[in-house]
Amino acid sequence: MTEQMTGAQSLIRSLEQVGVDTVFGIPGGAILPAYDPLYDSARVRHILMRHEQGAGHAAEGYAYATGRPGVCMATSGPGATNLVTPLADAHMDSVPMVAITGQVASPAIGTDAFQEADICGITMPITKHNFLVKDVRDIPRTIAEAFHIASSGRPGPVLVDIAKDALQASADFVWPERLDLPGYRPVTKPHGKQVREAARMIAEARRPVLYVGGGVLRAGAAAELRVLAELTGVPVVTTLMARGVFPDSHPLFVGMPGMHGDVAAVGALQKADLVVALGARFDDRVTGRLDSFAPDAKVVHADIDPAEISKNRHADVPIVGDCREVLADLVVAVRADQEKGRQGDYEGWWQQLNRLRTTYPKGYEAPDDGSLSPQAVIERLGKVVGPEATYVAGVGQHQMWAAQFIDYERPGAFVNSGGLGTMGFSVPAALGAKAGDPDRTVWSIDGDGCFQMTNQELATCAVEGIPIKVAVVNNGNLGMVRQWQTLYYEGRYSNTDLQTSPRDEKVRIPDFVRLAEAYGCVGLRCERVEDIDATIEKAMAINDAPVVVDFTVNHDAMVWPMVGPGVSNDNIQYARDMAPNWEHED
Amino acid sequence: MSSHTLSVLVEDTPGILARASSLFSRRGFNIDSLSVSTTEHPGLSRMTIVVNCDLHPLEQVTKQLNKLVNVVKIVEMDTTASVRRELLLVKVKADASSRTHVLQTAELFRANVVDVSPDVVVIEATGDPEKLDALVRNLEPFGIRELVKSGLVALGRGPRSIADRSFRAVERSA
Repeated sequence: MTEQMTGAQSLIRSLEQVGVDTVFGIPGGAILPAYDPLYDSARVRHILMRHEQGAGHAAEGYAYATGRPGVCMATSGPGATNLVTPLADAHMDSVPMVAITGQVASPAIGTDAFQEADICGITMPITKHNFLVKDVRDIPRTIAEAFHIASSGRPGPVLVDIAKDALQASADFVWPERLDLPGYRPVTKPHGKQVREAARMIAEARRPVLYVGGGVLRAGAAAELRVLAELTGVPVVTTLMARGVFPDSHPLFVGMPGMHGDVAAVGALQKADLVVALGARFDDRVTGRLDSFAPDAKVVHADIDPAEISKNRHADVPIVGDCREVLADLVVAVRADQEKGRQGDYEGWWQQLNRLRTTYPKGYEAPDDGSLSPQAVIERLGKVVGPEATYVAGVGQHQMWAAQFIDYERPGAFVNSGGLGTMGFSVPAALGAKAGDPDRTVWSIDGDGCFQMTNQELATCAVEGIPIKVAVVNNGNLGMVRQWQTLYYEGRYSNTDLQTSPRDEKVRIPDFVRLAEAYGCVGLRCERVEDIDATIEKAMAINDAPVVVDFTVNHDAMVWPMVGPGVSNDNIQYARDMAPNWEHED
Repeated sequence: MSSHTLSVLVEDTPGILARASSLFSRRGFNIDSLSVSTTEHPGLSRMTIVVNCDLHPLEQVTKQLNKLVNVVKIVEMDTTASVRRELLLVKVKADASSRTHVLQTAELFRANVVDVSPDVVVIEATGDPEKLDALVRNLEPFGIRELVKSGLVALGRGPRSIADRSFRAVERSA
C-alpha cells in the first residue's frame, strides 16, 4: 500500500522513519515547502536557531550527547554556505550529522538564480558524502542512505541538497527495503592475525602505551578499553578528542598528550617502545615534529578508516576495524597469551612514568595582582559541578585549560572542536547537547572571543527552554593568539585586545552580564577567587533559564605545558623556559 | 617518482568525476591523464587515471579515493600484466613535397590518415604512450599543427575482469 504525498511531506516522513526527534534549523525560500509539513509533525521537534552555523554546531552537540546523527536544516545559498564551517568541523572530528538544504528549483540550477549556491560542489571536500536531489521519488532513499553513511563506518557529515521543485512535486512514498551502496562497505571486523600480532607485541614490549583517540569514543568502546588496560597494565593516554573515554581517576591514566599535554603523557609516547594507537590519527598537535615523534617505538595502529593507517606514521601492525571489535578481540588474544604465561613486565616503565607524574604534575601559578586565575575558575567548575555534567569548550586557552583541569570520568563528558579548531563552537554545541540529553547539566566553557562569534544562540536557548550554563572565561583578549604573540612576537599584541574586560577603565564592550539579561538569560559576574564556588553554586541553582557567568580573569595567564609549533615533543616546556629533565628520570 | 595507472570502477552518478579529480589536487597530486567511459555493467563507469608519484603517497591517495562512496573498486594496472592504449589524433603539414614522407612515417607506425586537405593530413594512431611519443617525434620535422590524445586506457591481461571478486583491489592493503 503506497501513499501519495509531496516531496516535502516525504522528507519529513523519512526523517521520522529514521528516528529523528530534533532538527536544528532556519527556514528560507527554497526549503520553505519542507517547513509546512514539519509544522504538523508530532515526532520531530524543530528548534529555530538564530544562525545556520549555530544549527550545524547544535547538530554536532546533539550527536555527541545521543550518539545518533544530529540534523540541521537550512535554505539554499547563504543558508547553506553558513553550514560550511560546522560541516568542516564535523568532518574533521568524525561527528555523525545530516544537513538538509533547500536548493533552487531544478530548471533554475546553474543560472545564478536568487540564493543559488552550488553547495554540493562547495562541501565536497568537507563532507563524508553529499547528494543533490532533483526528483521527488529519490527523497526517501536518499535520506535513508544519508543517515546510514553518516552514522556507520567512520562517522561524518552528509549533506542532502533538495531542489525546491522536488519538494513541491508529488509521488508515492516508497521507503527502501534495503540500501544499495556497492562502493560503501566499511570494514568493522579486524583481521585475527593482526590482532594476535598486536597482543604478542604488547606482551613483549617493555615500555608500551595505549594512545587512545576519538575513535574509541565514537565506537562506544570505553568498557572494552578499560578491560584491556586493566588486563595488561599498560599506561593510557587520551587525546583531546578522547578525554573521558578512560577515567582520569584511574591509576593507569597518565594524561593527555600533545602540544598542551601532560609531561608524563608526552613522555610516555616519546620514550615508548610500543605505541598502540586506537582510533587516533597521529595529528600534528599530538606528534609535534613528526620525524622525532616516539622515535624508539613500534606502532600498532587500529582504525576503522584504512586511510588513517600509515598516513602520518608508519604502522608496523595495521588493524582496520571498529575500535570496539578491535578491543574486544585484543582482550581475547591477550588473555590467550597470558594463559600461556606470556605477560608483559612494565614495572621499570611505570617507575619512570610515575617519576614524571610526581615531578611534573598539572599546575599553574596564581597571578600576584589578586586577579582571578582562569585555571582556578575551570578547576573549581569541574570540582563543584562534578563528573556527571557535560562540558562543552570553545577553542583556545580556555579549551586547553578545560581539557587539563577538569577530571573527566565518563565518555562524552567533554565536547569540543578538535580538528578544525572552530571558535564559536561552544554555545550552540552546548545547546544541542542539552537538547539531546535534557536531564544532564551542560556547561559551555567559552572564551570571550569565541563567545562573541555565536552567542546569539542564547536567544534560542531562552526561547526554546534549553537552560544551558555558560562560563565565559573572560580575559578580554584572543588569549591563545596573545600567548603566541608573547612567546613568538616579542609581546607585540597586534589585534588581540577585545575590550571585554579592559585593565584600566570599567567599560566592557559588551558587558556580558547585561548581554545575557538582554537575551532572557541570567547574567552573573565573578572577579574574586573567594567568590568562585558561590557563583558556580548560584548558577547551578538556576534551572529554568540559561545562565551566563562572566568570570573576569587575569589577562596574562598562559597555557602550560607547551610543545612549540614545529618543535619536537622532546622539547616540551613544563612552564616558560623550563624544560623537563628527561635524562635525570632514567 | 614513478608512473602509476589506476583503474577505478565508479558508480555512474553526477559529480563523480569532480569528486575523484578534486581529491587528487586536494591531496597534492597531479594527474597525468584521466579518461572515463561506460563499462559492460550498466550504471558503472571506469576511470583510468595515470599519476606520477612515489609508492607511499600513491597508497594514501588510493585509500582516500576508496573512501568516496561512489567508488566501487580500484586496481593498479601493472605495466607488464595489462594492455595499455591511447588514441592520438595529429594534424601534420603535408604539402606536395613532404606528403610521401609523412604517409610513409604513418604507415611505419600502423597509423591511419583520417582527413586530407591540400596542405595537411590528420593522422590517427593508437598504441601505448611510448609508441605514440615516438610517432610524434618522427612527425615533428614536418610541422605539427595540433594534436590531441584520449588519455590512457588499460585492461588487465588474462581472463579476469576487475569487477570479479577474485581481483584483489588495492584498498585492502592496510
